[in-house]
Amino acid sequence: MTITEKILAAHSGKKKVSPNELINAKVDLILANDITAPIAISEFKKIGAKDVFNKDRITLIPDHFAPQKDIKAAEQCKMLRDFSREYNLSLYFEVGRMGIEHALLPEEGLVVPGDLVIGADSHTCTYGALGAFSTGVGSTDVAAAMATGECWFKVPESTKFIYYGKLNKWAGGKDLILHTIGDIGVDGALYRAMEFEGETIGNLPMHGRLTMCNMAIEAGGKNGIIVPDKITKSYVRNRAKRPYIFYKSDKDSHYVEIREYDCSKIPLTVACPHLPSNVRPAAELFEVTIDQVVIGSCTNGRFEDLLEAATVIKGRKINPNVRMIVIPATQKIYRQAMKKGLLDIFIEAEAVVSTPTCGPCLGGHMGILAKGERAIATTNRNFVGRMGHRESEVYLSNPAVAAASAVLGRIGIPEELGL
Amino acid sequence: MLIKGKVWRFGNDVDTDAIIPARYLNTSDPEELAKHIMEDADRDFPNKVKAGDIIVAGKNFGCGSSREHAPIVIKAAGIQAVIAKSFARIFYRNAFNIGLPIFESAEAAEKIKEADEIEIDADNGIIRNVTTRKTYKANPIPPFMQELISAGGLVEWTKRKLKVVVQENNP
Repeated sequence: MTITEKILAAHSGKKKVSPNELINAKVDLILANDITAPIAISEFKKIGAKDVFNKDRITLIPDHFAPQKDIKAAEQCKMLRDFSREYNLSLYFEVGRMGIEHALLPEEGLVVPGDLVIGADSHTCTYGALGAFSTGVGSTDVAAAMATGECWFKVPESTKFIYYGKLNKWAGGKDLILHTIGDIGVDGALYRAMEFEGETIGNLPMHGRLTMCNMAIEAGGKNGIIVPDKITKSYVRNRAKRPYIFYKSDKDSHYVEIREYDCSKIPLTVACPHLPSNVRPAAELFEVTIDQVVIGSCTNGRFEDLLEAATVIKGRKINPNVRMIVIPATQKIYRQAMKKGLLDIFIEAEAVVSTPTCGPCLGGHMGILAKGERAIATTNRNFVGRMGHRESEVYLSNPAVAAASAVLGRIGIPEELGL
Repeated sequence: MLIKGKVWRFGNDVDTDAIIPARYLNTSDPEELAKHIMEDADRDFPNKVKAGDIIVAGKNFGCGSSREHAPIVIKAAGIQAVIAKSFARIFYRNAFNIGLPIFESAEAAEKIKEADEIEIDADNGIIRNVTTRKTYKANPIPPFMQELISAGGLVEWTKRKLKVVVQENNP
C-alpha cells in the first residue's frame, strides 16, 4: 500500500484498502475557519447531536476576514467564538493568538505524522508535508464529523512525482509545485493522492514541503503527501502535542502514474492569470509591470519565506509605483521576524507589515486590487477577481521573485539585482 | 425524479471564486449570496438566471476553494442541476452532501448548447435534449451517493446514523 492507503486503512479499522473503495474513517482533527465554520455550526445544530465527538479535536480559527474587517465578518467570527465556548472546545484561536490555519496547526504540533485531518478549507492538504493524510472538505462534512468523529472517503489512486537534481538559485518548493501544476494542469491530479519524493525532496526543508503539499489542490489533488524522514523528525520532535506514526509506502505500491522532474531544469516559475497552471519562467516576464506585491498566505507566509524576501529587499527600496504588503502567517512568525530584524528591513524598504490574516489572498481585505491593477503574490490562486476587481490580475511566484519584482516595479528575478 | 429546464453554458475549470466571489463571503445567507451567482464569469448572470434553469459546463467544474457556498448559491438561485464533463472533488462531495443534483457526462457537456431545453431522468441517468431530440447517458452515481440522495443529504444521513448508534448502545 502507499502511505495514503496505509493511513486511510489504519483509520477505518481495515488491514488493507484499495483505490476507489469507499470507507468511513475516524478523523484525528477537524478544522474550519470564519468563512466555512458558520455553515458547519448551523448544520451541526440541525443534526441534533448532544455533544461534539471530542472537544480537543475540533479547531475553529478566524483567519480569513480577521481581524474582523466589517460587521458581517465580525458576526461570523463571533459564531466561532460562541460555539467554541458553548461546547468547551480547547482549540479555538482568538485574534492575537491565531495565525493562518495551515501555518498555525503544524507550527503548534497540533497536526502530527500519521494523522487523518479534514478541514473546511481546500488548503487543508498542506499537512501532507508531515506525512499526514489531510484533505479539504465542505462545511456539512465538518458538521457531520463534529458529531460522529468520522468522515466518508473514496480511497484515491496515487500518482508519484519524483524530483531529482540540484535546485536553481532562489528556487524552492513554490517553483517545483508551480512547474508541476503547469505540467499536469489544474485537474491533472483530480481525485488523486500526489506523493512527492526523490533526492530533491529529501533535501527540501519543511517550509518548502508545506508549500508543495499546500498547492496539491491546485492540480485537483485530494491530498499531497511526503513520506516522513529526518527533516520531518526534526520538525515535529519538539512540537508534537500527540504521539505520531511515520508511515511509508511499500516498495510494491501501485501508482497510476509516475512523473519525474530534473530540478536543475526548473526555472524560477510564475503562474500567469488566470490559472495556477498557466506558468512561464519568471525571467521571461520582464515586461509585466506591477502595482502590488503580497508576501504571505498559507502557501508562503512562513518565517523562511519572509527571510528569503528580506534577503532580496535588504538595503533597497520598493519601487515608487509599487506597494508591498508582508503578512507573517502566525504570531510566532511575526515575533521571530521582528527579533531577527526582518520587519525593520521591510519597513526601511517602505513595505507594510500586517498582522496574520488570509486577507488579500482571497480578495478579503488588507490589499485589494482596483480595476486594471496587477499584483505578484506568493499566494496560491490567480482566478478572475481573486484579489479584488474582476478586471485585476494576479501572478503567483516564490517570495524571492515577488520581492525582486517589488524593487524592480515589474516582474523580475533576484539576479537582476546582482543577487 | 425528472428535471426539466433551460440551459446556461459555461466552459472548463469554472472555479468557486467565479461561482461566488470570496469578497461576498462575510455572510452565509443563501438568498444574499445568490445575488452574486457567477458574476465574475458573466456579470449579467444573476439577472438572467431563472428558477428551474440548468447549468452545463466543461471539465473540472467547481475547482478551487472548498466553500460550500458554491453549491448553496447555485441551489438558492433556483438552478435545478449541473451537468459537467467532470467536477472538482470537493465541489462534488459538497453537492451530494447538500442535495444539489449533479451529473457527469462528457457527451452531454460537449453537445448541449446554451438555451437548449433539456430533461434529466435522474434515477436512470439519462439526459434528453428536447431541442435537438438527442439523448445522452450520465455516469452512474456511486451507491453511497445514492444513499445520501435518498436520505436527503448528509445531515439527514448522519441523524439516522446517530440514532442507530444510540439504539445499539441502549438495547
